[in-house]
Amino acid sequence: MATYQNIFTQVQVRGAAPDEGVALPIGSLPRLGPGRFHYWLGKIGDAQIGPLYLGWLGIASLVCGFIAIEIIGLNMWASVNWDPIQFVRQLPWLALEPPAPAYGTEIFPPLKEGGWWLMAGFFLTTAIFLWWARMYRRARALGMGTHVAWAFASAIWLYLVLGFIRPLLMGSWAEAVPFGIFPHLDWTAAFSIRYGNLFYNPFHMLSIAFLYGSAVLFAMHGATVLAATRYGAEREIEQVLDRGTAFERGALFWRWTMGFNATAESIHRWAWWFAVLCPLTGGIGILLTGTVVDNWYLWAVKHHVAPMYPHVFGIVTDPALGGTR
Amino acid sequence: MRAWHPIAVIVGVLVAYGLFTNNWSRPPVQSVQEGYRGLGMVQVTDLRQYLANPDVDKLPAPIPEVAAGGPAAGEQYKNLKVLNDISSAEFIRLMAAITAWVSPQQGCAYCHDGANFASDAKYTKIVARRMIQMTRDVNQNWKSHVAMTGVTCYTCHRGNPVPMNIWYSEPGNNTVAGQNHPSEVVGSTSLPSDPFSGFFANAKDANSIRIIGNTALQEGNRHSIKQAEYTYGLMMTISKSLGVNCVFCHNSRSFFDWQQSSPKRALAWHGIQMVRNLNMTYLDSLAGVFPPNRLGPHGQLPQISCATCHQGAHKPLMGVSLVKTFPELQGGEAENVAPADQGSPQ
Repeated sequence: MATYQNIFTQVQVRGAAPDEGVALPIGSLPRLGPGRFHYWLGKIGDAQIGPLYLGWLGIASLVCGFIAIEIIGLNMWASVNWDPIQFVRQLPWLALEPPAPAYGTEIFPPLKEGGWWLMAGFFLTTAIFLWWARMYRRARALGMGTHVAWAFASAIWLYLVLGFIRPLLMGSWAEAVPFGIFPHLDWTAAFSIRYGNLFYNPFHMLSIAFLYGSAVLFAMHGATVLAATRYGAEREIEQVLDRGTAFERGALFWRWTMGFNATAESIHRWAWWFAVLCPLTGGIGILLTGTVVDNWYLWAVKHHVAPMYPHVFGIVTDPALGGTR
Repeated sequence: MRAWHPIAVIVGVLVAYGLFTNNWSRPPVQSVQEGYRGLGMVQVTDLRQYLANPDVDKLPAPIPEVAAGGPAAGEQYKNLKVLNDISSAEFIRLMAAITAWVSPQQGCAYCHDGANFASDAKYTKIVARRMIQMTRDVNQNWKSHVAMTGVTCYTCHRGNPVPMNIWYSEPGNNTVAGQNHPSEVVGSTSLPSDPFSGFFANAKDANSIRIIGNTALQEGNRHSIKQAEYTYGLMMTISKSLGVNCVFCHNSRSFFDWQQSSPKRALAWHGIQMVRNLNMTYLDSLAGVFPPNRLGPHGQLPQISCATCHQGAHKPLMGVSLVKTFPELQGGEAENVAPADQGSPQ
């Protein structure tokens, strides 16, 4: 008999024809596509692809997102003098940079000196907000809660702090992140260096704890459910009607292992809060950096967070204080 | 087995990509603890690359020393503006050494007019004279960086009439266009590809390297992240020029804190001052001497950086001192070493 107990899905549940889903409210745009089955995607998820509901919010979001990506991509292409080969070869290094510090928070700096960055940021932010609204509306249309939308909002908070709120507080768009693969990573390292090592930022610490915690919780939850699938742990209907041996065993496993166990219901609240708190605390940490705290290492020394280690080199002094050269 | 074919192909492609596109280090990799335990103050060296360093094997053959004394070169030869106080024998020996160091293929005629060695007709002779002054200045007044090892022409030239690792300022490098292209000098990052002009070319920027504030809370430190990227780029180029990582000089938990830094950081600090000073005093003074083909694409003068001497080794030529047997290129006792040097190592 085919079973579910494997690291990938061995059983693909397929109807005779793709499932249409529930009827849409009056006034909705039609769903796109008839829906079809895909063998390989069935290995990792539902084999049915589509139909998709895009709607006005989805269309507007994609248009804005397309404009943003287009502005970023064309600026990158222009930066290699429109050479298609160099565009591909250098793509990881290319960037669209925010305006130079001299422009402060001017809304209309020259296009090629950051104006395009502002415009790309505007359209990307609009696309993200529209997509957020679409998630909220789709959840409501299905009679669901809006937990996904609010979790997404937490990520949007971090994005806005990095690219909009903190630069405004600092009075300079130049403080914001460039669009680009390596450039945004180099920006991140430079940001940490400039502010005396972000690892000493307690909100950064919290954010990391929630990030790694999310991974641990995800692994614990996924492993528990998989380990109890031989008793039908993933079969929702049966478990709802009768809290059977699968859930009991999962709960017992953790009670025996660490004394305390989440429940089949509360584990999802744990996961949701860990995931949401990761960018939420991270955003607070970024917001305080440069606006309130200038050197996180010194802040940590002041508050007895950073330990002191013995000097093994002897006394090294700043030669610039000595004077002549 | 329908299921595994695509996965095997994808894995195979990734493995092949990794094998053929990356310059991996294989064991033995030596790791030496340099700071207090548990802090990651560790130098990692790929022994194979380190031992294969050709710098020392290729050193020019030593030239037998000659007795001091005898008539001064300045009395024997015409148009001597430097080195005229040393003996003729020492002078000839030094000329032979410079030929081996700088123009082994081209010979004397690279700088001298074959018909009249005293002539200043060739620009290279003017440059060489200025460079001799520079070498003596470095050995005499920059012991804070070169210690007693000192430098000779060979430290930079290595048998090339034009040293390999020179740079030209990029015009308009303060705009956003100054970065976001793969650049070898900053370790293939997207950091500013000209980390030199801002720090190595003029005195006005002497302290702009320091972007990290000295107070826990924000008290008016307005250095931008873009400035931090220039400093970061400079540090990357130093790291690459010396073949070392950040913790060779810094404790990475707190890059700015001198008390936790290795003494080598003070050496490097003097090195930065030295490079800036030599560019301003010597290279810039050759404006109008260099012909257009020795200038950058926008007419910029050639300049030096850390890599010009170090060439990938934290001690140029692995610490071999060629200047030992050339007292005429050395200064006397240290005359101008900053008093703050007491903390720096040797």
